[in-house]
Parts: sequence; C-alpha cells; structure tokens
Amino acid sequence: MTRVWSFLPRMALLAFLIAFLWHPAWFAGLLRPLTENGAPPIYDQGSLALLTLDHLAIVAVATLAASLIAIALAVLVTRPSGREFLPLARSLVNIGQTVPPVAVLALAVPMTGFGEKPTLIALFLYGLLPIFENTLTGLSTVPANVMEAARGVGMTGRQRLWQVELPLAAPIILAGIRLSVVISMATATIGSTVAASTLGAVIIAGLTSNNLAFIVQGGVIVGVIAILIFDALRGLETLLARRAGG
Amino acid sequence: MALSAAIQGGRAGAARFRPDRIGLVISLVALGGLCLPFATVKPNRILAGVAKTILEALPQTGSILLLAVLFVAITIACLRSPAWLRLGASVLVLLALAGAIGVSGIVLTPSGNPYARVAPAAGFWLLAFAMALLTADALTRLRPGPFGRVAALAATAVVFGFILKSGLWDNLSILKEYAVRADSFWAAAAAHVELALGSLVAAVAFGLPIGILCHRVPKIRDAVLNALNIVQTVPSIALFGLLIAPLGWIAVHVPGAKAIGIQGIGMAPAFVALFLYSLLPVVANTVAGLAAVSPSANDAARGMGMTERERLFQVELPLALPVIITGIRIVLVQNIGLATIAALIGGGGFGVFVFQGIGQTAIDLVLLGTVPTVALAFAAAVILDAVVELLSTPSVRDSAP
Repeated sequence: MTRVWSFLPRMALLAFLIAFLWHPAWFAGLLRPLTENGAPPIYDQGSLALLTLDHLAIVAVATLAASLIAIALAVLVTRPSGREFLPLARSLVNIGQTVPPVAVLALAVPMTGFGEKPTLIALFLYGLLPIFENTLTGLSTVPANVMEAARGVGMTGRQRLWQVELPLAAPIILAGIRLSVVISMATATIGSTVAASTLGAVIIAGLTSNNLAFIVQGGVIVGVIAILIFDALRGLETLLARRAGG
Repeated sequence: MALSAAIQGGRAGAARFRPDRIGLVISLVALGGLCLPFATVKPNRILAGVAKTILEALPQTGSILLLAVLFVAITIACLRSPAWLRLGASVLVLLALAGAIGVSGIVLTPSGNPYARVAPAAGFWLLAFAMALLTADALTRLRPGPFGRVAALAATAVVFGFILKSGLWDNLSILKEYAVRADSFWAAAAAHVELALGSLVAAVAFGLPIGILCHRVPKIRDAVLNALNIVQTVPSIALFGLLIAPLGWIAVHVPGAKAIGIQGIGMAPAFVALFLYSLLPVVANTVAGLAAVSPSANDAARGMGMTERERLFQVELPLALPVIITGIRIVLVQNIGLATIAALIGGGGFGVFVFQGIGQTAIDLVLLGTVPTVALAFAAAVILDAVVELLSTPSVRDSAP
C-alpha cells in the first residue's frame, strides 16, 4: 500500500519532466504570470532538452570518474599493503570537504580555460569525498566473522575483496554515490558562470534579465531530476541491502 | 604512541632498511615541485607570465638555504623518524617557503613598472602542498587533543597575520589586488561572515524547536524531513533567484519591511536561502540526537519525577548536544562556501572577488576571494570539531570509530 503511494507521485513527476522538456511551450501559460513587460515565459536562447542532456552528461561523467577513483583509493588504503596511508587519507578527506565547490571551480579555470572542463574537474574532485568516505565505512564494517569464514574456506585476498567485501559494502558505497550525484546536480549549475553548457545557463539568463520564469524552470528541472535520481538510487540500495541480507 | 613507533622503527631498521612509504610519496611530490617553475613574472595582471626557477627567483644564498632545509625535511620524511621531528621539519620548510616567495617577489619585481605582477607558480604550490601533507601526516600520527588542534590553528593564524603585517608578501600579486581593494575586502569579509553566521543562528533558533517537535510527534517527522530534503536539491543560484520576487513584494507591500533591510536583491534573499539550506542538517541532527538518547536515561529521569520540560532540558538536550553541534558544524562549513554564490544576486561576500576575477580572467582576484573563504571554512571545521569532541560524553567518545 505505502509502496504504491510513494511510487505514483514519482511517476507523475517523471511524466511532467518529460512533457516539459519535450514541449515546453505547453507550459507557457503556467509561467507567463511570472514574467513582466511581455518577456518570454520559456527559455528562448537554446533548447531546454539539449541543456538538460548536457547537464546530465557532465554530472554522469564526473560521477563515474569520481566513483572509480574513490572506490579504488578506498580499496587500496584498506589492503594490508596500503594500510599505513589510511590515517592520512582520512584527514585529507576531512580537510578536502571544507573547500567549497565554487572555489574549486574558480581555481580550475586558469588551468583549463572556460567551458565544460573546469566544471568537470570541480564536480569530480567534490564528488570523490562522499564516495571515498562511504566506501571506507562500508569496507570497515564488514563483520569480522564473515571475513574469518571467507579466509577459512580458502579464499585469496582478491576473491575476498570481489566476492565478500565489495558486495557487502555495496549499499553504503551506493549511498555515497547518491549523495555525490545530488551535490553535483546542483553544483553543475554554477558551472554556467564559467560558460559550461548546463541548466545553470537558464537560471543565470533569468537573473541577468530579471525574468523569474527562467529561474523557476531552470531550478525546477534540476530539482526534479535530482529528486528522481535520489529516489532511484535509494531504491537500488534497498534492493542490494536485501540481497546482501542486511 | 610516538615512542612505540620509534622503537618499532628502530627494530625494523636494525634488521633491514625500510623507508617510510608515506614520506617517500610526499618526497616524490616535493621533487616534482622542484622541477616546476617557482614563480612567474607577468607584465600586468592579465597577460601570461615568464616562469622562473628557484635559482632564478632567489638570491644565491637564499636558494641554497631553501634547498638545504628541503633536503633535510625529505630525508627525515623518508626515514622512519618520530612524528614530532617530522612536524618540526615540515613546519620549518613551510616557513622557509613563505619567506622565499616573499623574497622572490622583491627580487623579481622590475623597478619602474607598477603594473608588473609576481605570483607563486606551480612549483611553489606543489612544494607547499607536499609539506602541508607532511604536516598533516605528522599531526595525524601525534593525534593532538581538541585543545592542541585549536592551539595549532591559532598559532598558524598568528604566523600568517605576522607575515602579512610585516609586508614580506607585499610584492606578491594577491596582495597587490588586496592593496587596491582594502576597503571593499573588509566590507566583503563582514558581509560573508554576517551571511554565514547570521543564517546559522536563525536556522538553530527555528531548527531546534522543529527538531524537538519532530521527535515528540513522529507523524510529522517524515513530512518535515522530506520537505527539507527537497529544498536541498534546488540549486543554490536558483533558490537565491526564486527568493528575489517574494522578498521584493514584501518590501513594497509590508509597511516597515524595507526599514529592516528586506529587499528583492542583495543580502535578504541570500540570507533566507542560506537559512533554508541550513534547516535540514539542524533539524535532522536534532532528531537523530534525541532519538539516540538511551531509554534507560529517560526512564531514570521519569522515575526521579522530572516533568517533561525538565527531562527535555536536563536530560535529552544535553545528551543530544554533540550530535546537534555536529549538524551545526556541517551547516557552518556549507554556509561559508555557499555564501560565495550570494555575490551573483548582489549579496556581497568574498564571492564578489571570485566572480569579478572569473569575468576579468584575473586569477589573482579569484584567489583574493577563494583563499579567505577556504581559510574561514577550515577554521570553522577545526574549532567546531574540537567543541564536539569536548562535549561528547566518554561513552559517546568510546563508541565513535
């Protein structure tokens, strides 16, 4: 019963999103009260659907790269050969989290020039932290008796990692990726201040031309996609946790 | 701790020479830094610069001295040396680097060209990063208590203040940007702190009661937390923008609103947006902290005949305090970063320099905005972490990982 109730609004949200991106003009009447002096109610300097795809592509590439590197690093520092790097890695992650994403973005510009690259770097670096931290937590909370049993049946270190540790840690790792995606979705909009093609362009166009309708549609599209991804990944986590017997 | 590590190191060293692997990695980073240019000289603040190596950027004795200190520190880092020695060596190199970049600013600035800029280059940053890593590693091994960490922070602030006051860095590009904008820099600093701290205070004033209510009335808990979660998914620049219209309307239509500073653009929408972002961590951590209070403590309080109000203020809230302060730490660090975005809607703060700098492709101006922001966020994190540790009861501290 509760599952249906939580499922329906999400489907409706997805349908609304697709309809809005497919044919924004249908919603012009809804947004017109937010405009003044006959300003356009729908973003007219490019296709909303294309901007959305660019936005999603940047977030996807950055998150994928951040996940691969963060999980690999966390695995390295929890192996016997890399264990002495663990305390330093932990403090680095704590320090790194205090650096605001805007700072990373602004500092990446002189190295890479304007466009998508500084945004990718900022999202990648900022996305590393939650994934790394959660992978560490996930790997270190695998019960000792499970590890003992795996050793007892003669599994090698590599087999233990792939067949025991990573599957058991998967829900917590996924929670880190989820956090990272939601932060990245919002941070990518700031990328448009350095000329990246994201939905931030719509919001900034609204800010500079004092058009509230642009700000609302840019913000709502980003927010709705973030909520949908957040929910989908949380569903996947529950599924994985159930399969892992957690 | 340090002693036993030293003894272990000694024993291992007697059997077979084993280098310190962290020190080895840090040394490689430092050597990479030596191969890159130390400073750049730009004809003005926007044009590309000419790279200078350490030998070109410093007088001969200066470069020999810097390389010698660096060599000693790398040797100490690679050997299994005690943590306090590693700390001392890395701090010494950091001080030497701070002095060296100041001297190179004086040496490299061409006389008679007021527009020329000397800036630290990749080599300097990499060396400083390597030594900061060594410091962080040594501090991690020493495990200073909360007071030790705050003292280290204070000492760092005093040293930086002293260097800035002495004028050693006055020929460097960031400080030249500062010199032109000294007044607006401090106005931006005041606005930044006001935004970050003010919205935090407001969020605690509203978030604590909401959290307590959510704990007492489980029915509304999920609804409130879900609503606050949704606020978090709205991108900051959009939320700032969305608040311009309603606040503008209030300013025009509510008598007296304008007099207390409510207006469509500027600080008011930024303040409200930061407040809304801050609510989730405060409310969620209040709920989590109260939920973690052990039933036996509550039973004992009820058994003693405490009223509901007494139990809340004398038992539940004190026990939940470390978790609540953790929420406040998250909010403060997040707010200091987000306050940068306020500049886009005229809210002031260090973001003014960041976005001006991006617009003019003047990296020195970007640094003038980002360096104080990062420093503020870092200081806030260190201080509040120390507070959380001090407040944690021994049982909480033992169960922490």
